[in-house]
Amino acid sequence: MEDGPGWIRQAEADGRLVVSAGGAWTVAGAAALEQAVAALAPGPAGQVRFDLSALERVDTAGVFLLRAAARRYEETGADVALEGIAAQMRPLFELVAGNEGREPPEAPRSNPLTAVVERLGRSTVAGVRELTALVGFVGEVTLTAARISWRPRRFRIVSLTNQIERAGLNAIPIILLMTFLIGIVIAYQGAVQLRRLGFEILTIDMLAITMLRELGVLLTAIMIAGRSGSAFTAEIGTMKVNEEIAAMQALGLDPVEILVLPRIIALVIALPILTVFADVIGLLGGAAMAVVSMDMNTTQFMVRLGEAATLPHFIVGLVKAPAFAVIIGVVGCYEGLRVSGGADSVGVMTTRAVVLSIFLVIVADAVFSIMFAAMGV
Amino acid sequence: MAGEAVIRIRGLRNQFGRQVVHDGLDLDVLRGEVLGVVGGSGSGKSVLMLTILGLNRPSAGAVELLGVDVLRGDAEARAAAQTRCGVLFQDGALFSSLTVTENVQAPMREHLRLPAPLMDELAALKIAMVGLPPDAGPKYPGELSGGMRKRAGLARALSLDPEVVFLDEPTAGLDPIGAAGFDELIRDLQRSLGLTVVMVTHDLDSLAAICDRIAVLVDKKVRVGTMADHMRDRHPWIQEYFHGPRARAAFAAADMASGEGS
Ligand SMILES: Nc1ncnc2c1ncn2[C@@H]1O[C@H](COP(=O)(O)OP(=O)(O)O)[C@@H](O)[C@H]1O
Ligand SMILES: [Mg+2]
Repeated sequence: MEDGPGWIRQAEADGRLVVSAGGAWTVAGAAALEQAVAALAPGPAGQVRFDLSALERVDTAGVFLLRAAARRYEETGADVALEGIAAQMRPLFELVAGNEGREPPEAPRSNPLTAVVERLGRSTVAGVRELTALVGFVGEVTLTAARISWRPRRFRIVSLTNQIERAGLNAIPIILLMTFLIGIVIAYQGAVQLRRLGFEILTIDMLAITMLRELGVLLTAIMIAGRSGSAFTAEIGTMKVNEEIAAMQALGLDPVEILVLPRIIALVIALPILTVFADVIGLLGGAAMAVVSMDMNTTQFMVRLGEAATLPHFIVGLVKAPAFAVIIGVVGCYEGLRVSGGADSVGVMTTRAVVLSIFLVIVADAVFSIMFAAMGV
Repeated sequence: MAGEAVIRIRGLRNQFGRQVVHDGLDLDVLRGEVLGVVGGSGSGKSVLMLTILGLNRPSAGAVELLGVDVLRGDAEARAAAQTRCGVLFQDGALFSSLTVTENVQAPMREHLRLPAPLMDELAALKIAMVGLPPDAGPKYPGELSGGMRKRAGLARALSLDPEVVFLDEPTAGLDPIGAAGFDELIRDLQRSLGLTVVMVTHDLDSLAAICDRIAVLVDKKVRVGTMADHMRDRHPWIQEYFHGPRARAAFAAADMASGEGS
């Protein structure tokens, strides 16, 4: 099996050039063989004979390079004859001869500077289109939801419970751990700063307000966007790639009704519940820190906390949860349905879903803050 | 060279949980032949192919590929044997984030150090060899039709000029004209490149048209023989397979074609 490495050399015999090649001309040695071919010095000669009888093994790359060598002599105007090709190698030479020299069309090269501008323009237009399409999708989901509420029996209850389990129940441990730690951090930072002003006791108010109004719900929403929103996109996107979505539509099944609605409703149910957990555990984390680091016993802390953590603060935080849930669910499902082509598209859309839903959640949070400020709560 | 076994399987046993797929399977594939592999759905054709390639570890048995023990040989020898094989997976299994040209070049990049212009020219050659138009090179797999994806997958399988090529249902999902064209392509390339081909197929036309021998997977083993051998086999599944109406039509067509040729 082991043949000698390929070689090619040129010699002159009674006024004629003879180029002989031998050994193994295969893709494994193609880099060296290409250099050997480039090193040939085609002189002006009327006739050139290629003696290929010493070839031990060739493959398509080898034949391609041998023919490239012959072409170099032809370009000087010589008559080239390939001789001594073993019978079993002949079909390969014919195959390559029939298929070479068809370069793919060059991709148009563009100025890198204008290319940047072009990409910027394209992505701006695409972004605007995406947002309008997202609004259209919200309308579609709303219509479907309205249609379902007329005939609640069509609603997929099994799918809903399944989604609640995955997006809600299974997320509880990580949410608890995260908000407990955040509670500790806030209480600690607050206590250090406020102690200098002599208002250490206000740490508890600060903890209660930030946790209940903002951080509990916001952190939970961000965690769920990363955890469930991305899963929605990946699941639906993979179904799109496998043409399962097209199959559903062909069978008269509505993907929005079957796939999208249960996921969104599951989040609308799960996110407020998770937020309650987050609020309670966040306060507990803060309490633990306060009791350890402040001169306060548990009873004192609890009394103060009871005064600070009022129902309005809690409600203000909680009403945001369903809105955030809708944003995460809609964006996740929408980007999943937008997957087209292959597996890489699933990855692109999943990333986009997470980034977009977190961004929109924060925008919505700002809008809520302005609204509540105007309402004076 | 004919007669030398490039693949030698002895006493192969494949088991998933309690489901035994292969048991005591023996098979020799000879250099330069086109071996068709047929069998009912779920009879373990794809698993057999993966096992030969060393991508599936069997529960027992010995598998030798190009003289290398696939299960117990040293890693380097096994990798070397693998690069001398090309695989066309069901549906092509092209890398969707790469263009067709880049897909064809992927094995070269991994195993060889070739200058970029040479790789471009070799990829263009391979793409032309499988009958794709030149403008297919810069396209992504998602932009190709099913038949073109199969051809692109074949071009990638041939990237390193392998000695053995495995094809998993290459003509499934193609229209009859496309399938016949693909059969012809495989036959032509097999002759020109001196390939050994192992082809899983359900396409009776392909079997009749291009396979030298046929391996039938029944009862967790293979029965290998020519078309004529299988026609005489008394096994009920083989009877049904080779004597059904579709089989008769396919073989009649193949007989006519070979009659005209000779
Ligand atoms: N990784 C795996 N785990 C469990 N079962 C498998 C696995 N791969 C294949 N099987 C089973 O082995 C059997 C043979 O599969 P396969 O070779 O794909 O069949 P086919 O002949 O249709 O190609 C099937 O019943 C399949 O369910
Ligand atoms: Mg299969």
